[in-house]
Order: sequence, then structure tokens, then C-alpha cells
Amino acid sequence: MNTWARGGTLLAAASTALLIAACGSSGGGTSGGGGGTAGLAPPTANTPVPSSVGKGEGKLNLIAWEGYAQPQWVKPFEQATGCQVSAKYAGSSSEMVSLMAGGGGGQYDLVSASGDADLRLIYGGDVKPVNINLIRSWKDFHPFLQSPSFNTIAGKHYGVSYEFGPNVLLYSTKAFSAAPTSWSVLYDSKYSGQITVPNNPIQIADAALYLSKTQPSLGITDPYELTTAQFNATVSLLTQEKPLIKKYWDLASQEISLFQSGTTAVGAAWPYQTNTLQAAKAPVADTIPSEGATGWADTWMLAAKAPHPNCAYKWMQWATTPKVQAEQAVYFGETPANKLACPIMDQEQSGACAAYHADAPEAYFQTIKFWKTPLAQCGNGKNDCVPFQQWVSAWNQITG
Amino acid sequence: MTSTVVREDRPAGRTAQVSAALWRRGWLRAVLTLSPPLAWFLVIYLASLAVMLVTAFWTVNPFTNALVHSWTLSNFQQIFTGTYLAVIARTVAMAALVTVTDAILALPFGYFMARVASTRTRQLLFTAVLLPLWASYLARVYAWIVILQKGGTLSWALAKIGIGGVNIGYTNVAMWLVFSYIWLPFMIVPVYGALERIPDSLLEASGDLGARNWRTLRSVLLPLALPGVVAGSIFTFSLTLGDFITPLLVGGANSNFIGNIIYSNLGTAGNLPFAAALALVPIVIMIVYLLGARALGAFESL
Repeated sequence: MNTWARGGTLLAAASTALLIAACGSSGGGTSGGGGGTAGLAPPTANTPVPSSVGKGEGKLNLIAWEGYAQPQWVKPFEQATGCQVSAKYAGSSSEMVSLMAGGGGGQYDLVSASGDADLRLIYGGDVKPVNINLIRSWKDFHPFLQSPSFNTIAGKHYGVSYEFGPNVLLYSTKAFSAAPTSWSVLYDSKYSGQITVPNNPIQIADAALYLSKTQPSLGITDPYELTTAQFNATVSLLTQEKPLIKKYWDLASQEISLFQSGTTAVGAAWPYQTNTLQAAKAPVADTIPSEGATGWADTWMLAAKAPHPNCAYKWMQWATTPKVQAEQAVYFGETPANKLACPIMDQEQSGACAAYHADAPEAYFQTIKFWKTPLAQCGNGKNDCVPFQQWVSAWNQITG
Repeated sequence: MTSTVVREDRPAGRTAQVSAALWRRGWLRAVLTLSPPLAWFLVIYLASLAVMLVTAFWTVNPFTNALVHSWTLSNFQQIFTGTYLAVIARTVAMAALVTVTDAILALPFGYFMARVASTRTRQLLFTAVLLPLWASYLARVYAWIVILQKGGTLSWALAKIGIGGVNIGYTNVAMWLVFSYIWLPFMIVPVYGALERIPDSLLEASGDLGARNWRTLRSVLLPLALPGVVAGSIFTFSLTLGDFITPLLVGGANSNFIGNIIYSNLGTAGNLPFAAALALVPIVIMIVYLLGARALGAFESL
């Protein structure tokens, strides 16, 4: 499971894109603090892209979430292309960023980065543009994942979208006769000692999303772009929540055993936990409450110094085919970027397409606030937002 | 002259010259013998510590995670804020509690093994103490999760004998139990060693001088066992101090250790400098502890 890694990762990507759009005109350098993108162009923006994919180099080195390089789709790829795949599993978005330092160090070809890492990789010069015309399945993607702001800057694609999913509210059907309609159950003393949430600073965004609906006077419009006042209000909500928490989970398997034993009754989760628990006949279900949900979206990004670029392109082509998209989605419990994967998902596992909302209308996806890196530069062009590092130290203060 | 005779008996050639030179200069021989392991120690161990020490004075660019090589004390200032002091206090308190618990368990156990049990029983007990070390640390911790969680083995067993269920899974009590279990062998072995070394004659002399059992225990046995307890405590204390897996797996919402904060700064935040600064805390604590242990004669039992 790429469990705890995800938490940190996803946020970065989404916010950055907006920032860049907003800040591009403001120009000027950023001093210290958030580390800036304002007025900057990605260092690799002008790297030429290939016009065709040549013969494979025989090798391909991936940095991936655990579960993203399973034999069922890696083996056929190796047979078809002759590219032998080596995958290095990363535990967090920051680990991915660290491993990719120096353009992948001339060692790695691709990284399955989540939204919160994407812009860090792009503006760090670690990844380079991809010729999206070489990825045949790209035209079949959900429109919102074709050129999302977290992996596409100024029309240049720094990778190809892969899979995504929402963070859901998991609950025990013994404790709840009907699905909770609000995230408020996570802050309700009625469930004291029966609540679990991910041990991840990005969890602050979930609380901010909740406050954006329940306390409109705070004026939160984007849970990843919080002014100091909004941030403090969110942290204070999470501090009040702490005595109610049974455990901050680090691994998906921990949350699974918490619900399996009946220790917890409600918590923040991924669809993966729900599937695993329901397969084990545990009395649980999940829901996306009325306030909406945060979520992750992963991208296969091409290392700036990829030693096996042809195999890398072949992998991006392969990974976005409907069959692999469906296999990955069902294996991990997420939603494929390729719309044509839906019928194959149902073949893999009856009802999977609907279960993971792969056939949902575009409006559904708009309700998910995808993870992105919180930066000092807000979408409004101001520089008064709280950057990610402060999220981390605040989270350590809350959970410490 | 005798020296001439000796020289003629030796094999001639360069090898002989070198070996003769080494024989004449003992210091040179020592330098040559020790330098490979010493170089290894310096380069691998001390150099990595030095790098960490230096890193602790840097910061990272929060956006790209690249190290910023400007000198600052901010990482250390951050450590001395409420949250991190609380985490350090919790870690040290747990390490101390586990050490005391293991010492209390190990003393009678070690005494029985060393002075009461037959050779065969002693061998059996030794095997029983060391056997768990053959199993993976993770397997043993997970076993305790199953025992302690709600509706787990412990609750079930207590309910059977009418005491009623307990729900101590994912709490600091659970951590205390698991740590005490996991590190117990590291206390029993040195305590056993210390007790076994006490000559029977001392205990007999104590009796001859009119001391009852209690007095002999207090005035003869315990003082002589103390270096073994202190040696064992170095293991239990330092192993608990540096652990982050048991708090992660068994702990609850108030169970972060120094190691967990280091881990989250490395893994989630990518803040290597702060993690390095924090990593110096257990090192400093252990240096103080080891100096104290040396004063109590612990290293004579190692």
C-alpha cells in the first residue's frame, strides 16, 4: 500500500498550478518562506520532445507507489517491449522528490508522483516535458485529467495522468444506521475514542474543507490556500479533535485492523480500506459527505535525465491503455484516468466501474479537491498563505 | 656475537627485512594492524555522524526539498518548544519505565537461573528467554496488537474469568507492555551473568555473620548484581529511546516518540536538517546515560 505516502504527496500538485496561473504576471522573485514559483518558468520547459518512440533500451527504472508495478501488468509489458522493469517503492511524496533530485540522477526514468509533489518536481527541474501526441490513450482521458494544472504548465505536459481517487468517510454500519451526511462526525465528542484519521499534515486540508462549508465567515475558498487566520482556525479545530482520536493511522493496514476489531467506528479513509474491509465481511461502508472530499491524482512523470526514454514512453503508452488502467484501478481501489477502462473494470470485478465512480459525470469529479502543495503564494496573487512546511510543523504540534 | 647468529638463522630477503622492522618497532605493527578497522570506523561511523551534525545547522528549501547551506540555529530553537519537549519527555519517561520494569522482572528470574535451577532447567530457561529473539520484531509486535486490541485475546481471557473486558489497545499502556516484553531478554542476560559470578562464599559469609536472607539480599546480592542491571539497562533504555515502530503500531493518539517525529520529518516533510537536529537529542541523552553507567561499573559486566 502506498498508504501514508499519499497523504503528504497529493496536496502539492493541485495548488501549484493555480498559483502559477495567478502569479505568473506578478513576476519577481520570492524570498525565502514558501519557495516560489512566481514568475518562474520550469527549468526544463524548453527541452525538446521526441517526435516518435524509438527502439526500447531494454531497461526501465520506476519510482512508484507500492502496488503500482504489479506483475499482472508489468510482465506482459516486459514481454511486449523487451524493457525489463525495476521498481523502487517510495513511502511518501517527499521521498519521491528526494529520489528524483538531479533529474532522477541518471538512474530513474519515471515517477508515479501525486499532485502534491508534481509542481515541486517540475519547478525543481527534475522532470521534463512529454510529447503527449505519442500517448495514444490520452484523448480518452476524463477531460479534467488531460491537461490538469498540476502536471501541465503553459501547454507543456510533464507527464501523463494515471489514476485518482477521493478520500472518503469510512464508518461502521453498526454505529451508524444511515450514512453520515457531514464530516462533523469526526469532530463529535459522541464518538470520542472511536475516531481515526490519517497521520498526515495534508489532513489539515480536510478540516479546512469542512470549515469552508460550516463556517463561511472564515472565507475559505480553497482548502490548500489558507491565510494565517484561516489556518489557525483549522488547526484549532484539529486540536479540539485530538482528545477524541483513538489513533492517527500511518498505514492503511492499521485502519483496517482498527475497524475490523471494532475499535473505531468512524474515520477518514481511502476506498481501498473500504474494499478490503467489505471483502472481509466487516460491517463498514463509506461515503462522501455533503461538504465534499479531498482526493489524490497521480501522474507518471518523465525524469529530466531518464536513461531509457524510449522504454519510458512505451510504459506511459502501456499504463494508460484501458486494460492496465482497469487492472490498476481494481487492484488498488482507485479511479482510472482513461474513460474506456470502465467496461474492463466490470470484467475484472463485477460492479467495479460504478463502485469507483469511473463512469460518473464530470460534475462529480469537480466536487473532489485534489491534493496540491500549499504555497505561500495564494491563488489571489497575494503572498499571505501558509506554506507546506508550516503545515508539517503544525501537524506535529497537533499530534505530538 | 649472538645477534649475528640469530640473523643468519632467519630467512633472507625483503619479507624478512619487513618483519624484522615490524618486530623492532612495536608501534608500527600496532598502527598497521589497527588502521583498516580504525579507518572504517572513522569514515563510516564518525564521518556520518559528523555529516549529520553539520546538516542540523542547515535548512531546506520547502518547495524543492533541496538543502540550503546557510548556517542557522533555528532547528535547535524549534526543538525547545512545548510540543517537542513533551515528545522528548514522553520518550525518556517510557524508556525509564521500561528499564525499571525489566529490571524488576529480570532480577528474580536471573537469580533463579543462576543460583537455584538445575543445569538442565537453566538451559531450558535460557532457550525460552532467547527464543523470541529468533522471531521477527514486527511479528512479535503484531502479535501484541492482536492480544491487546478491543475484543482481543486479553479481553477475551479476562472476560472468561469474570473480570470483564479491558480496552488498552493503542494506548501508552500497551506501548509499555510491548516494550517491556520485547527488551526483557536484553536485561535478563547481563543480570544473570552478574548474579552467576557472585561467589557462594560471600553469601555463606553473610549468613555466618548473622545476616538473614533479606539482609543478604539487600547488602550482598543486590550491590553485586547492580553492574549487571546497569549493563542491561543500557540496552533496554537505548533501544526504547530509539524506537519508532512500536509507537507507530501499538501507540495511540498521544504516543509520538522522538523517532516518530524524525521519521515524519524525513518521510513526509523531507526536512532533513530538522530530523538531524532531533536525532542528536537521543545521542546526547545516551552519552549522559553511559557516563552514569560507567560510574556505576556497568562495563565490567559486558
